[in-house]
Amino acid sequence: MNEYNFAYLDEQTKRMIRRAILKGLAVPGYQVPFASREMPMPYGWGTGGVQVSAATLTPDDTFKVIDQGADDTTNAVSIRKFFENTAGVETTEETEKATVIQTRHRIPEVKLREDQIIVYQVPIPEPLRFLEPRETETRKMHSLEEYGLMHVKLYEDISQHGAISTAYAYPVKVSGRYVMDPSPIPKFDNPKLEMDAIQLFGAGREQRIYAVPPHTQVVSLDFEDYPFEATKADHPCDLCGAEDSYLDEVIMDDAGNRMFVCSDTDYCRSRRAAGHLGRLAEEDAA
Amino acid sequence: MTQQTQFSGGFRDAPIDAAHAFRAAMTVMARPGQIRAISGGQPPVPLSVASGTLLLTLCDPDTKVHLAGAADTDAVRQWLTFHTGAPITDAASADFAVGTWRALGPVGKYRIGTAEYPDRSTTLIVECDDLHQKGAALTGPGIRETSYLSLPDVPVLQANAALYPLGCDFFFTCGDRVAALPRSTQIKAEG
Repeated sequence: MNEYNFAYLDEQTKRMIRRAILKGLAVPGYQVPFASREMPMPYGWGTGGVQVSAATLTPDDTFKVIDQGADDTTNAVSIRKFFENTAGVETTEETEKATVIQTRHRIPEVKLREDQIIVYQVPIPEPLRFLEPRETETRKMHSLEEYGLMHVKLYEDISQHGAISTAYAYPVKVSGRYVMDPSPIPKFDNPKLEMDAIQLFGAGREQRIYAVPPHTQVVSLDFEDYPFEATKADHPCDLCGAEDSYLDEVIMDDAGNRMFVCSDTDYCRSRRAAGHLGRLAEEDAA
Repeated sequence: MTQQTQFSGGFRDAPIDAAHAFRAAMTVMARPGQIRAISGGQPPVPLSVASGTLLLTLCDPDTKVHLAGAADTDAVRQWLTFHTGAPITDAASADFAVGTWRALGPVGKYRIGTAEYPDRSTTLIVECDDLHQKGAALTGPGIRETSYLSLPDVPVLQANAALYPLGCDFFFTCGDRVAALPRSTQIKAEG
């Protein structure tokens, strides 16, 4: 690891990112522009999250990376190895042992603690972008707190589908001021956004950093007669039997058989280790 | 310790010292009212270890620094220039300002950001004689229910919070300890 500066980035870049993180924490939900660097991975693979993690890590940290809840997918494995090589930090797959968790599109099922930090990889940080493509206009809308368009979008969901069909990247209002994209987490995870840990969001290609401090009010947008619902597949996990976790649907064969498993692999593994078994658990072990 | 020169008093191991210092700074900014130890820098008098370490952690040629009152000495200027390369400037254009509360004021002369870019504001590093978790009651983002912090001037800081999402952010330093007050915090003078 001696070939690299600690955590890969040079010190001036880290200072620039750190200043942006502090501004983000001071104005929760506001997207702070930053001079995103090229990283040794393509845009769209978590360059924003990696830069925020690099500016946040200390040698004492234990680092965990998940990709849609899983520790063992390509993106998670390569980012974990990247920081093993460039920062020399301890890594883990156990949520409870981690001090910094970088995530793509999930919040772990286990409640995060005061001493933990979660870093989200964000593809499109601007919640209004698909409604208004011009950055100059969305900036103005945020400055004027003009979020009517977002409610129109949710209303159109209801008029077309009978319910709010937005299932991920569900918009939230942070601390009563800024509407924020919580990154493409399933809306099942939205209630967890009010947590004890520090939440940092990094969008590398779009060059934005934002943050939600602990214990900050985060409200999912909805209507009185169509309240927000945190939905998930109506099943228990077929491996560990959990009824409270977010599930992935896995196609088993070409005869239409399928199974539902926890998307949070560490949660599922620790439940099975504790003796909880689901419908297909034995077949899996065999 | 050997005599302070402009070349001494920087980080011993810049990447590691800065990482630890930033974590302390980030923690207090995310949790207003909490106090953390922060060290690594040895700035010339009258700067404290905490304020010197914050400057080393956050400042570089991209950030303009205002040295207020007694903090504006030749020794401090040379130390800051050698270790960070930060240009030294007046209050109105500063990204960071450092000094005692009395020397820094009035707070109205610092940048508070614009409606579209509230991040373009000044962060004030306020040197305090005393820093403890008693005094004004704080509520808002980062605080579970209420936290308490000794603040130098409650009405001025309340007026700053009323500008939200514009306004200045504050670090309070005392020796090697630091606390912070972002603009998002609501302040009540009690406790």
